[in-house]
Amino acid sequence: MNPMQTLTQRLANPTRFMELSRAVLPWVAAGAALFIGYAMYLVFFVAPPDYQQGETVKIMYIHVPSAWLAMMGYAIVALSSFGLLVFRHPLADVSAKAAAPIGAAFTLAALITGSLWGKPMWGTYWVWDARLTSVLILFFLYLGLIALRSSLEDESLAGKLTAVLALVGVAILPIIKFSVDWWNTLHQPSTGFTSTVDPSMRTPLLISAVGFTLLFIALHLKGMQNEILRRRVKALRLAEVARGDRLASAGAE
Amino acid sequence: MSAFLALLKRDLTLAVREGAALGTALGFYLVVVAMLPLGLGPDLKLLSRIAPGILWIALLLAALLSLARLFEADHEDGSLEVMATAPLPLELAVAAKALAHWISTGIPLALMAPVIGLMLNLDIALTPALIATMLAGTPAISFLGSVGAALTLNARRGGLLLALLVLPLYIPTLIFGISAIGFAGVAQHGFGASFLILLAISVASMAAAPVAAAAALRLQMS
Repeated sequence: MNPMQTLTQRLANPTRFMELSRAVLPWVAAGAALFIGYAMYLVFFVAPPDYQQGETVKIMYIHVPSAWLAMMGYAIVALSSFGLLVFRHPLADVSAKAAAPIGAAFTLAALITGSLWGKPMWGTYWVWDARLTSVLILFFLYLGLIALRSSLEDESLAGKLTAVLALVGVAILPIIKFSVDWWNTLHQPSTGFTSTVDPSMRTPLLISAVGFTLLFIALHLKGMQNEILRRRVKALRLAEVARGDRLASAGAE
Repeated sequence: MSAFLALLKRDLTLAVREGAALGTALGFYLVVVAMLPLGLGPDLKLLSRIAPGILWIALLLAALLSLARLFEADHEDGSLEVMATAPLPLELAVAAKALAHWISTGIPLALMAPVIGLMLNLDIALTPALIATMLAGTPAISFLGSVGAALTLNARRGGLLLALLVLPLYIPTLIFGISAIGFAGVAQHGFGASFLILLAISVASMAAAPVAAAAALRLQMS
């Protein structure tokens, strides 16, 4: 048995997950605060304004990490859905449920910051460009996942059906991406943190990306903890109601 | 195979005998197309330019309207459970129902499009291209829609939810359908790569969608 398998198996116990995540969470959260704080210091006091874009280039330090996390969030939802449907991992559904709203929030952040950046640079808040459109569709897919889950009362069924939808979304995302890419394009392609960006801007961007990724992980862990606690409270309440019913029927006899 | 054909025949017979479903979809199609010039103004040049787009979007909405009922009636009277336990794999049963939806809704809507297009001053030369792209694209609409219909079978507010889930999945079909018509308008003959990709999307969704839809149905019946 390989070590990865044992780790995911060990984490399948919610109590053990709670212990581990409680130990890890403060460090991740502190790391996120530290990295984002340092990145913001670099952005506002050290990094130079762009020779063409001026100070508006500072939007990039939020926009690029948000866009990256929008995609990472969907990857987490999809992986968790796969884990739920194929391996029936008990925490996979909790992970998928917690990741969807966070991913949706970062997608919205990428859209809003991009829109605010587009106004001074392109002269408009919105263009029907391939990149913008495909991110907007990603946002719709997130909304679909959240809406489908909230429309079903049976939580376990809702989790599984949402997982089916998430996997269908994974299959269709590349097609959507290609279709809009061929359709219309204005947004620049990703530079992928390569050398075309000057180090004075690349370094703060990298630090900011690491910080926001840590923030995502911290929010995700906290969301999972809350979901586990919510389920426990619900189970306790149901048990209490069931006991009350038993006592009442015993008293009536 | 005979069970597949029997199911297909049953669904088509039901669609014909009920009649109302197709009539409603066609009526909805007509009304949506008639509303748009009222909102956009009666400029015939503008309408002629955007007519293919309007017809395609109205077709998506009209097909969506009828998709909500794809599994509902069978679910209510229990025949869906019989299909799930029958020797025919549920995937093929779903495929038969989606195919029946395409034949009973997709094809009539596609054939109606040029007639309604006359109201939008649609270029007559584009008519064959319009019908061809719609016939090539509507299987994708029926099959992808079957996944949405299966997922929302027990959901509250099922119809609205179906639109939210399924419309984003229709985007590639819409984009390649429109670009194939645009290409036909310029090149006079042939549609180029867009039409082939449109066919590829339809074939891929015919292969993949029944698996996802059947998985969703099984989860809800177990």
